[in-house]
Amino acid sequence: MALTAQDISRVAHLARLELEPQESERALGHINGFFKLVEQMAAVATEGIEPMAHPAELTGAVALRLRDDAVTEPDQRQANQQSAPAVERGLFLVPRVIE
Amino acid sequence: MSAQGPLHEMGVAQLGAGLKARAFSALELARHCLARAEHDATASFLALNPEVTLAQARASDARRAAGNAAPLEGVPVAHKDIFVTRDFPTTAGSKMLAGYRSPFDATVVARLAQAGMVTVGKLSCDEFAMGSGNENCAYGPVRNPWDAARVPGGSSGGSAASLAARLVPAATGTDTGGSIRQPASFCGVTGIKPTYGRASRYGMIAYASSLDQGGPMARSAEDCALLLSALCGPDPDRDSTSLDLPAEDFSASLNADLKGLRIGLPQEFFGDGLAPGVRAAVEAALAELQKLGAALVTISLPRTELAIPVYYIIAAAEASSNLSRYDGVKFGHRAREYFDLESMYKKSRAQGFGSEVKRRIMTGTYVLSHGYYDAYYLQAQRIRRLIAEDFRSAFAQCDVIAGPVAPTVAWKIGQNAADPLADYLADIFTLPASLAGLPAMSVPAGVGEHGMPVGLQLIGNYFAEARLLNVAHRLQQATDFHHRKPAGV
Repeated sequence: MALTAQDISRVAHLARLELEPQESERALGHINGFFKLVEQMAAVATEGIEPMAHPAELTGAVALRLRDDAVTEPDQRQANQQSAPAVERGLFLVPRVIE
Repeated sequence: MSAQGPLHEMGVAQLGAGLKARAFSALELARHCLARAEHDATASFLALNPEVTLAQARASDARRAAGNAAPLEGVPVAHKDIFVTRDFPTTAGSKMLAGYRSPFDATVVARLAQAGMVTVGKLSCDEFAMGSGNENCAYGPVRNPWDAARVPGGSSGGSAASLAARLVPAATGTDTGGSIRQPASFCGVTGIKPTYGRASRYGMIAYASSLDQGGPMARSAEDCALLLSALCGPDPDRDSTSLDLPAEDFSASLNADLKGLRIGLPQEFFGDGLAPGVRAAVEAALAELQKLGAALVTISLPRTELAIPVYYIIAAAEASSNLSRYDGVKFGHRAREYFDLESMYKKSRAQGFGSEVKRRIMTGTYVLSHGYYDAYYLQAQRIRRLIAEDFRSAFAQCDVIAGPVAPTVAWKIGQNAADPLADYLADIFTLPASLAGLPAMSVPAGVGEHGMPVGLQLIGNYFAEARLLNVAHRLQQATDFHHRKPAGV
């Protein structure tokens, strides 16, 4: 099954990427090449096999820990915002969302 | 210069001993590394900050003078630019994070600092660790010290190249699908990826969270053991997947006897695709291990080839989710021109990410999207379990698995530019252990085609890092592959 140019543009939208036409075309070729490798997966019998999302279950670290509900970090707003593209009075600036 | 030769020729253990004996100071050593890094022909470094490095070295000398020397006191280390650092910029090799400064240090960085190590700088890597040749770095390729026209491997390419070029004695790397082992192999250095969960992922910029694992790279197994002992350990409050295992002394059994050790050779790792020179080097290293008393047994990892699509689906899916955080709001690149919030996202991400990162994000978005999730993502996860079970069966027949790290030696820079899939296929031997979460390492095994280094891969069962390092150390006691260095270095 091959992807089409429409698939690429739909996926690019979902991934919030604005691709140049040339870039879309290259991505289409590459992703289709990759999905040729993926075809061999369909032939593998996996009925009754539980999907393995994570190696944690194999290393015995199954249960996700919960830490105490306690404040452990001091206020670091300034440090945390030092690399923000646009900040004013401690707030992140974004384009207007609500008219 | 010291009585034992130039400082840059010494490894972690030797430098530690020299510092302890006051043969030289941490400050002298830091200055020596910085001078070499400043004249680096490999482009390994993305950031240096001599002021910070020298201040750390002075503080280290002061601790020693006060009788408070830590285990790796004064020994220099450089960090892959995937680890966030407060005192150096962190880019993950991406334009997206140009100029980014982290408000904190990654746990691995902090642990090595607590062990007394002095940070030399930040090392180049493929963008967000996505690549096998360090060619996907937004700041340019890294050159292999053995042949400047060839890649150092990736994604921890700067780590491997800086070690081979004798710029630093120790480096950190991260391995998602082979990113410590393959560059170590291509540059003739030693590197180990521990069991998933041994090293904290806190502050390690996320690519594929169920696979990402940090580890040390150096020029010997002995040095890797010292570094691994310092950087592993539980980080329960900051990494939910950090293993609750006490720190271990991975140096304790380095010299253990190999008599009776069963080394499993997966037949799938020795097929037609293996370059003859790589095969010969790996077989010669295995023969050395036999001389040391190990027995070689043939085993099978029947789903080796399937590891390629399985890995590239799972890693892409996780990457598409992890990299959604780069939206141009809280940190990272923001486009100069846009007309609403969505166009700000789309333009910022399109400008900030390189082509390979975009392709993986799109592949991941696609396999997670409605209608494809079961056929691709879940099917990949089911086969991932089968791959892990193949290892379980294999370890019933052997104690350690060995084979090549990669099918070939380092390729020429630009060779695969038109065919990114060629890079994917070259990951075939490192991907299975990554998917299973097993510890694995690369040990120099001589040279193959074009006089380029070849690595022997050793894969262990869960938590068997000490065993892997033992096998590697004994091999390095019996051979000099790890002492060989590129011409002109």
